[in-house]
Amino acid sequence: MASAEPTGAQAEAWRRQREQQDRGARVAAISFVVAIIAAFGLMAVYISGGQTQLEGLLLFIAFGGVGTGLGVWGKKVVGPKIVVEERFPHRSTEQDRDEFEAAYEESLGEAIIGGRRRFLLRLLAGAGASLGLALLVPLRSLGPGPGGVMFVTEWEAGRRLVDANGNPIRPEDVGADEVRTVFPADAVGDAKAQALLIGTRPDQLVLDELAAETVDTLVCYSKICTHAGCPVGLYRASVGELICPCHQSTFDVNQGAEVVSGPAGRPLPQLPLGIDDEGYLVATGGFTAPVGPSFWNMTRDVESRLGRGTQES
Amino acid sequence: MSATQTRRRQSAIDNLARWLDQRLDLASGSKKYLNKAFPAHWSFLLGEVALFSLVVLLFTGTFLALFYTPDARTVIYDGPYAPLQGAEISAAYNSTLRLSFEVRAGLLMRQIHHWAALVFVAAIVAHMLRVFFTGAFRKPRELNWVIGVGLLLLAFAAGFTGYSLPDDLLSGTGLRIGYSVVLGIPFIGPLLGFLLLGGEYPGTDTISRLHIAHVMLIPAGLLGLLGAHLAILIRQKHTHKPSKLAREDNVVGEPLFPSQTLTTLSLGAFTIAVLSLLGGLFEINPVWLYGTYEPYEVFAPAQPDWYMGWTEGLVRLWPAWEWTVFGVTIPSTLLPAVGIGGVIFTTMFLWPWIDKKWVGRDDLEHHLLERPRDNPLRTGIGVAALTLMAVIFVAGSNDVIASNLTMGLQTLTNVLRVACFVLPPIAGWLAYRMARSLQASEVSPLEQKAQAADASGGAKTSEAEPR
Repeated sequence: MASAEPTGAQAEAWRRQREQQDRGARVAAISFVVAIIAAFGLMAVYISGGQTQLEGLLLFIAFGGVGTGLGVWGKKVVGPKIVVEERFPHRSTEQDRDEFEAAYEESLGEAIIGGRRRFLLRLLAGAGASLGLALLVPLRSLGPGPGGVMFVTEWEAGRRLVDANGNPIRPEDVGADEVRTVFPADAVGDAKAQALLIGTRPDQLVLDELAAETVDTLVCYSKICTHAGCPVGLYRASVGELICPCHQSTFDVNQGAEVVSGPAGRPLPQLPLGIDDEGYLVATGGFTAPVGPSFWNMTRDVESRLGRGTQES
Repeated sequence: MSATQTRRRQSAIDNLARWLDQRLDLASGSKKYLNKAFPAHWSFLLGEVALFSLVVLLFTGTFLALFYTPDARTVIYDGPYAPLQGAEISAAYNSTLRLSFEVRAGLLMRQIHHWAALVFVAAIVAHMLRVFFTGAFRKPRELNWVIGVGLLLLAFAAGFTGYSLPDDLLSGTGLRIGYSVVLGIPFIGPLLGFLLLGGEYPGTDTISRLHIAHVMLIPAGLLGLLGAHLAILIRQKHTHKPSKLAREDNVVGEPLFPSQTLTTLSLGAFTIAVLSLLGGLFEINPVWLYGTYEPYEVFAPAQPDWYMGWTEGLVRLWPAWEWTVFGVTIPSTLLPAVGIGGVIFTTMFLWPWIDKKWVGRDDLEHHLLERPRDNPLRTGIGVAALTLMAVIFVAGSNDVIASNLTMGLQTLTNVLRVACFVLPPIAGWLAYRMARSLQASEVSPLEQKAQAADASGGAKTSEAEPR
């Protein structure tokens, strides 16, 4: 750069910079060597059977080595340098715009003559929109419509309650404070029909609050939270409260599963219970309301869609 | 020129470069990019961390996809993990277990992938805060801000769909909640939910639909928007912090080559290094402990990944308001999850224009950044919004916090509800006051520049390189 002989102070500064660069280059070289060793170590670990923690550590060392080397190279060997770029306004000049517009108008004008241009463009837009819509319609194939499906479950009058192993249940099998997940016979594991059979404490159940008939001190509710659909999995027997672990909606089983606290907006639907000829618990109809999280039309024609009144035993 | 060329050794790279240049005319166009200016401040690198996390996600994700089976059909587990042997599990969950226990380096890849997803969203948010508080979104960069918010939304979508793929009990629960929110949308919700999942939850098509969204649709969107984001960045050039050299009509920074190239590659290597360490040493999402998804099982406490915490907090804080108006039921998840979420993101999308009208109050081009103190109102609003998000985020684990504090859950929830209305204004006002007093105690660099320019008769202070 400078051809003149350096003065003392300049020479000293250059020497120091030179030293710093040498040091940087050494550190960078060592870092790259470490990365190479770690990379081979990684291959060795993998070939000899693999070990997650060691692999992660070696990957860290290998990439960390490369990163250190590159960083030191940039900061110490190349050193700081600042450049200044010119910035131009983010718009075309008026002249450019005018020229573009003129060229555009001219070419379109030549392609489509006179007053027919607007007419054609409108029809083209119409064709494009119609075609777009036609191409969207097959999205309907993605799934069936909800129809009345969301109002009904597998439960119907006379269907036995069974536990997760498929065994039918007698009322006397369920003691106070006991909770069982139950399903309709032949539909064990059914996501929508899942229900909780609860043995309440004597004299705690408020029958007037229940939406449907039940057997003794037993009561059965849908296990799907009416808030966001999680299984209502926790039971606090001392107070007779069902709690949903997702958002802590709490339902009072003795009061028709009314919401005590939490974000759920309505009680858990109840399953009416009865006993069949052989003494096993059966449903005497479907749930008292649509199960699961609420949806917009759940109160419309609900009686007929739930099929209640016709299946009452 | 020719003298130096003949002295230099002709390496293979020289030959390749010449070969390419003779076909693509690269040298003349690329020359100026060697000296392209990159602002040297660390806060300009946050977006790059997101970029490199995405690179890690694409590579590890491809590896995972080679072993993953998007199938809900049940199989009997007969792998090495003893507690689940003989269990009836879905093929998807089975393939996740196989990947974790039997594929060499499979668990490492899965854990790096999950950690990278968390870091990806975190880096996007940090980058966004930098852009917000320094006013980098102002004209002419409104478009890139909008694309950035779109990228954040897609990152959420990618995270949520990916989280659901292992088909374990925890992820199934998260999916159930998401589906319930969709069902609750008036008029179109049930149909939309049925179309998304191919029928009623949990349908047999659910996993394969999520899989296609996660590995194809969402990454395509991410990469498309990212390409636009970067192209606009290059076209408009960087903003820069006020300094002696920086003006509205120049860009001051390190040259792209070699300084910034080395810095960027170094940062990329470190990002990958840290993600590898996290993936290797810190267990994340041990799906084998959760068990296969059964719609009638659940465990507590159940929480989503951090970036979904705000939706969780919102639905937990929202009161049990469920109305039926003219026969249309409005479920209690609709307003917090869809309504408030919609308001938050609409505000974010529209922020450059809101700022233009009420906060920054001008429609001029801005390339010199502000510091948070330079616009106290924007800083105050930003801090208030962050505080609100923090309270909501905390509410997302109110059950865990309540039991740790031995405090009633209802009491805590009510405290947090009040905090939602009380803390943000206080924090925002404090930030506003702090910005004002910091401003009062100094002459801002922008004003210094203006004064210096006045003093020197507006003379330019640097020799600018021609483009």
